[in-house]
Amino acid sequence: MYLSNIESVPGKTVVEFYGVAQGSSVRAKHLGKDFLAGLKNLFGGELKAYTELLNESREEAVERLIKQAESMGANAIVNVRFSTSTITVGASEIFAYGTAVKVQ
Amino acid sequence: MNLIILIIFLTIAFFYGRDIEEKHLKDLRVRENSMKHLPWSSMGKKKVYIEATESELLFGSVVIAQDKFKSFVAAFINILGGRVTVYESLLDRGRREAICRLKEKALSHKFDEIVNVRLQTSTIGINKSKNAGGVIEVIAYGTGLKTQSEI
Repeated sequence: MYLSNIESVPGKTVVEFYGVAQGSSVRAKHLGKDFLAGLKNLFGGELKAYTELLNESREEAVERLIKQAESMGANAIVNVRFSTSTITVGASEIFAYGTAVKVQ
Repeated sequence: MNLIILIIFLTIAFFYGRDIEEKHLKDLRVRENSMKHLPWSSMGKKKVYIEATESELLFGSVVIAQDKFKSFVAAFINILGGRVTVYESLLDRGRREAICRLKEKALSHKFDEIVNVRLQTSTIGINKSKNAGGVIEVIAYGTGLKTQSEI
């Protein structure tokens, strides 16, 4: 599966379009991690536990995006975009979407 | 009594926070300088890359928090209005860090260029108290390209 956020896959030509594929993931914080992050939050700086959470969440969103594109019969996704939003306190959503295509 | 605790607490937050921020900015300067040779741009979406042989979607992300002293100051600025410089520096640090990580990823996977870099920022709440602001997440992403230069 080729992924890119430009309108083509370099070195390949697009032969077929399948439409928009999407994947999203909502993650909430872990209580223990949150306690430590809360302490860290007093003095500022990077919250590593949250960065990990964000990474996992993003990977899952991309995985779901790929799964959907595969079910459409595509072998590449172009023009991938990300969007994040906060749903409620401590839970955030990552949404990935792109155009499923076949390349050769 | 409560006021004394608050003052002690803010003093500690001020010194620790300043220390962390200075270290981070120093670290960013060093890393940015060492990665100057990697071309990256926020355009090139519609360009056809004939010379490229391989591509991959690359990411860099970070969650970064402001110290409580600055949040406290920001609350005062909010009353008066105007530029909230304490938050400007937080956003700047977060974005630079995310871009640094994106570039490091590209270099470690031996990509020659990153095109169409996009930044996505959002705030996250950490706990239910009302002064819980000042935590942001930044995702930087772009397409990494490998070009064969020996032809």
